[in-house]
Amino acid sequence: MKILVPVKRVIDAYVAIRVKADQSGVETANVKMSMNPFCEIAVEEAVRLKEAGTVTEIIAVTAGTAQCQETLRTAMAMGADRGILIQTDEILQPLAIAKLLKAVADKESPQAILMGKQAIDGDHNQTGQMLAALLGWGQATFASKIEFGDGVVTVTREIDGGLETLKLDLPAVITADLRLNEPRYASLPNIMKAKKKPLDTLTPADLGVDITPRYKTLKVTEPAARKAGIMVESVTELVEKLRNEAKVI
Amino acid sequence: MPILVIAEHDNSEIKPATLPTITAARTLDRDVHVLVAGENTQQAASAAAAIHGVTKILHCDNAAYANGLAENLAKLIVTLAPSYSHILAPASFFGKNVMPYAAALLDVQQISDVTAIENEDTFTRPVYAGNAFETLQISGTPKILTIRPTAFDAVRAEGGAASIETVQSAGETGLSHFVNQELTKSMRPELTAADIIISGGRALGSSENFTALIEPIADKLNAAIGASRAAVDAGYVPNDYQVGQTGKIVAPNLYIAVGISGAIQHLAGMKDSKVIVAINKDSEAPIFQIADYGLVGDLFQILPELDKALG
Repeated sequence: MKILVPVKRVIDAYVAIRVKADQSGVETANVKMSMNPFCEIAVEEAVRLKEAGTVTEIIAVTAGTAQCQETLRTAMAMGADRGILIQTDEILQPLAIAKLLKAVADKESPQAILMGKQAIDGDHNQTGQMLAALLGWGQATFASKIEFGDGVVTVTREIDGGLETLKLDLPAVITADLRLNEPRYASLPNIMKAKKKPLDTLTPADLGVDITPRYKTLKVTEPAARKAGIMVESVTELVEKLRNEAKVI
Repeated sequence: MPILVIAEHDNSEIKPATLPTITAARTLDRDVHVLVAGENTQQAASAAAAIHGVTKILHCDNAAYANGLAENLAKLIVTLAPSYSHILAPASFFGKNVMPYAAALLDVQQISDVTAIENEDTFTRPVYAGNAFETLQISGTPKILTIRPTAFDAVRAEGGAASIETVQSAGETGLSHFVNQELTKSMRPELTAADIIISGGRALGSSENFTALIEPIADKLNAAIGASRAAVDAGYVPNDYQVGQTGKIVAPNLYIAVGISGAIQHLAGMKDSKVIVAINKDSEAPIFQIADYGLVGDLFQILPELDKALG
């Protein structure tokens, strides 16, 4: 079974975000970039499925600038077999990304697409669902457990009140939540090997996809700061403050 | 054109996240209709009709919608879309699952997790775990938004008298099938609707400690119980207790963080709480930077004392 794993290059999860003074966006110059943590979980799951013999080929795909090659190399160092970069310097919004991924899926005909549930930059949580809709496939979002069967996949999902299990006919789109697995660190030999794995570069035009942004960002601002709090010395003082000052208990 | 709000419900009750979504819709000075799609939903439809400020309920009772499967519900939303200027749903796990599927079928770029509506086409939403807010403008119709429930007040659930119109099912797609649900049983208030939340982190050390130390206080305060990702990953509590960027977003009157250091991802889920209390043995923990009241010390001593002090 062939599996497609879309991945995204984002500002590293541990970097403090700084909003630009001109309100045009957040500072990305000289900032550490990494693979989106949810994408790492998706890659890890695909690699485990390959190790278990369920998956025969893992294709990592991304869309963005030339630097996004690094993210594909990371995916290949973790165990993906090859990479596809859809290269563009344009701003990509989730619907455009979903259309690009659909075009790649049409070419590659994977039996499943496994991807992160959201990227930690835009926090949209849309691309997987949109991709499923564009392909006319079923979707299982926020997966915490995935079991492939004959032509079907059973997915346990994290929902508001607990867990839900769905069964989908393949092909299908599955988006990974935090508890699906713990991603591995790529070993040095695997990082070296990944440099030799095939990486194809395409453009949105090659795929015939219109990526024109649908919305215009007017400004990006910092969140309102909370007023400074105080330290209390004892439980008695805390309860007194909550009762008489904050009046919340 | 009116606005359509997709109700989140459990077939009998309208879920609390629907009410602030209706408030958000009402800021635009248009008629607000609410879709109640499910199976055996007479009670939910009647409850929706009683919500203040709603003019019409679209009621679709069909087995295809029994379990809120995204593919079927999105198809129904697509058939209704031409009559609406905006289509809104709460940015809960429910809305996040269904709305982008419908948006893509309509060739619309969804706007997720809206925290402020400036006007008909201009919206504000958090990015980077709430470390920045983006204000954006989008053209075209319909506009598809998910609404962050904590950013808007809940509309009154009574006093309304909306008409109820039956709508035809858009059919079963057969793309996904419901197997089962394991819902966490709790008599406590729902996390996203609670006035008071007490959350525990990894420092609690075990599921037993979580129960023994956090629950008595939650009982006395009639509080919901939350947790950090670390506590959920360690298996102390179920996944649906998680507060954070990708878990539940909460904004209670009082949030008590116990043994939670305050990773960016956790703060993103609770920093809009009205009053924040942090209890941690590490005085350098980032949680203290956003706390209104901080108490440094050993939670194994402090929590029993707090339980006692609350009488």
